[in-house]
Amino acid sequence: MIEVDALDVHYGDFQALFGVSLSLARGRALALAGANGAGKTTLLRALMGAHLPSAGTVRYEGADVTALPPHDRVRRGIAMVPEGRRLFPSLTAEENIKVGAVRAASPDWPLARIYDFLPLAATVRDRRASALSGGERQAVAIARALASGPRLLLLDEISLGLAPGVVEQVYEVVRGLRESGATLLIVEQDLDRALGACDDVVCLLEGRVALTSETAAASREDVVAAYFGTEGPHS
Amino acid sequence: MNWVGAVVQGVLVGGWYALAACGLSLTFGIMRLVNIAHGDLAVCGAYLTLVLSSALGLPVGYTLPLVLPIAFAIGVALHLLLFGRALRGGPLAPVLVTFGLSVMIENLLVAGLSADPRSLDAGRLALAGVRVTAFGSVITLSWLRIAGFLTALAVLGGLHLLLARTSFGRLVRATSDDLDTARLVGVRVRPVFATVAGIAVATAALAGVFLGMTATFDPYAGGLSLIFAFEAVVIGGLGSLWGTLLGGVTIGLVQQLAAQWDVQYTVLAVHLLFFAVLAVRPQGFFPASEPEAA
Amino acid sequence: MTAGTGGGAVTAGTAAEGRFAVRRWSRTASVAAAGSVVAVAALAGVPYYAGTSAEQPLVTLFCLVALASLWNLMAGFAGLTSFGQQAYLGAGAYALYAAASMGLDPFAAIPLAAAAAGVLSLPVSFAVLRLSGGHFAVATWVLAEILRLAVTLAPSAGGNTGVSLPGVSGYDALLRQALTYWWALAVAVCSVAGVYALARSRFGLDARAVHSDPVAAASAGVAVGRTRRWAYCLSAFGTGAVGAVLFANTLYTQPGSVFGVQHSVAMMFMVVIGGIGTIEGPILGALVFFALQQALSGYGPWYLVLLGAAGIAITLFAPRGLWGSLAAPRGWSLFPIGHHISGTS
Repeated sequence: MIEVDALDVHYGDFQALFGVSLSLARGRALALAGANGAGKTTLLRALMGAHLPSAGTVRYEGADVTALPPHDRVRRGIAMVPEGRRLFPSLTAEENIKVGAVRAASPDWPLARIYDFLPLAATVRDRRASALSGGERQAVAIARALASGPRLLLLDEISLGLAPGVVEQVYEVVRGLRESGATLLIVEQDLDRALGACDDVVCLLEGRVALTSETAAASREDVVAAYFGTEGPHS
Repeated sequence: MNWVGAVVQGVLVGGWYALAACGLSLTFGIMRLVNIAHGDLAVCGAYLTLVLSSALGLPVGYTLPLVLPIAFAIGVALHLLLFGRALRGGPLAPVLVTFGLSVMIENLLVAGLSADPRSLDAGRLALAGVRVTAFGSVITLSWLRIAGFLTALAVLGGLHLLLARTSFGRLVRATSDDLDTARLVGVRVRPVFATVAGIAVATAALAGVFLGMTATFDPYAGGLSLIFAFEAVVIGGLGSLWGTLLGGVTIGLVQQLAAQWDVQYTVLAVHLLFFAVLAVRPQGFFPASEPEAA
Repeated sequence: MTAGTGGGAVTAGTAAEGRFAVRRWSRTASVAAAGSVVAVAALAGVPYYAGTSAEQPLVTLFCLVALASLWNLMAGFAGLTSFGQQAYLGAGAYALYAAASMGLDPFAAIPLAAAAAGVLSLPVSFAVLRLSGGHFAVATWVLAEILRLAVTLAPSAGGNTGVSLPGVSGYDALLRQALTYWWALAVAVCSVAGVYALARSRFGLDARAVHSDPVAAASAGVAVGRTRRWAYCLSAFGTGAVGAVLFANTLYTQPGSVFGVQHSVAMMFMVVIGGIGTIEGPILGALVFFALQQALSGYGPWYLVLLGAAGIAITLFAPRGLWGSLAAPRGWSLFPIGHHISGTS
């Protein structure tokens, strides 16, 4: 579905990613783990085209999309739920979702199906985004991403700042998305949740890939070692 | 003239200020672009109308279906060539680029059409008036002023509907709220901004046409037009279209009331009011209550 | 033209154990400083060996250098683009008129005229600095319009027809022109040296921080408002001095021209074309502008169209300006203002 090969990303003189490679097959879910500043959000923004890499390639469904702008990638079926939800505060929830519906008629996710899938977004549809709670915002942000009819969803820090009960609901939604056949790339601080919800795990450490594995094959200790850059039991 | 008449005239004249200001308010509210050449583009609208109506032998009003689309296209082109680049060029670039554009426009007009003062012939509209009796005093209102005020109301109302009700308006408001996220969720920002710039220049050109019909203009009239438009925007409150209307009306009222005292002091009174507002209430009188464009 | 603070190399030998040094000075800078002193001394002698025909154009050039440096103090170091510096140009001129009318010697009163412009700028700064970017630019322009209209409407200030400078009839023409020349040179040198000293001081560091990111600067403890206010008021003070010198040079001033926005066009053009945020850039920009003015002003509006187009093109395609484009790739810096870290071993 998506193959990333030897990606370098710079912010001015500062290099944020060093030769990052990963691949994700259709229908699978990948957990992207790493400490703050490890480069997770940078990688997601590079996959989205919001920040162009200085070297390396990104291939999506067989085509080279490395230099495509974000709107072209969204039309090809990649969508992102950004960290902090980032709803448009002065728009209503439903307007936020409609902004995401850039492909005029998204056959996969019409508004009715989105509301069916995310009842919380339906109940707040006429409220201004600035007046929503954290959980409601997360539901609307996922709805906005779904409105473009994505086949690959990038979810950045989906449980950050949410109450435990709300996190449970969010992961309920993630399971639902997996059942619908979507391919997911999830950035998550909570390792146990990430490993529990995903098939594969990639751990970033200071801009480099420190671990690539199937979640079933990696022990928690391996991931923690890669996460903190300490010597793991098997290395 | 009397006090009641001054107030009514002030409100009507204020409509023109709002018309001149709404494009400035729009580009700042949505794109964070302060277009220093806005007043010069308004004056270009007046010259374009002058040239077209004399070349085609048409009355001023009939050239509008040509002038407004041309102005819109100029705005789109300016965004694609200059404004878009300037907005990516750091905080000083938009100011410097649009100031340079202002200098270019003024001097191109001088070179091409001379610095002589001109005016547009409004035909019967300029001569006809209506007499109204209000609060025991008789006021004569020119149809041209009334038409200018109604046009301003129609333009502001139309802009409001466009932003609040259409899918294009939704994209505009989303982009204005959060440019980076709008890009991330797939909004194509360039056409949105180019369209906004086109609308802004078209409204400026329309204001220029009314300026040409009610007063004389020369290539350097853009500076004062920009200043008045800017004062309306700041007095009304940055980023609010209806605030801009009220800011324009405030300027019109102050101007007409100052004229009751001494005609020489009208412009000075407006500038001093602007500084007073800036010192006392820099957010303006009617600021946008939420970060939105309409 | 020496540094205000911190000449020489300061070794940062804490954690890095002397492997790195912070340099604020260089051999080129020493040569440039010595050269500047020699050049200023040579220029100061012009009235003795070159006469008035050389003085006149140089007075114009010195005033341009001063105006460009002062505009750059705001735009290049504090991120403030003013289109209203002509307000202080006129304030300086009319303050000189007022002082000379009261019987003061016009040349002795030039510092007073500058001070008057500086004092005026302080209350104004509290209003205009509430805005930033393009809004600040237009608000300062409004101030210039207020002063223009106020002078036009005041018969005691000559009204629309303008005023002649009183109190110069006692001077011999040669001496008067030489005094004007020295004042112009002094104002230019003080403007450049003053901006240079400020740029190297704590103020310069704060101002560059404010310029690049006001929010981050504020959170790092930089008093953003105070830094901007200093830049604005000092620039007004210097611009007032230039206004007084120009008045002393032409002996006549008129509200329509001294308060005209074309002065801001010139200031912006000189700074942008020379190189914003450097000491050398505005000087180079003033030289280029002066040369263009001499060569092309006969073309009238087309000359200004060219200026506008050049300003746009440089802002968009070579934002470092002539000096930045020439010097930065080669590491030249005649008047270094930054902190350069280099390995010492």
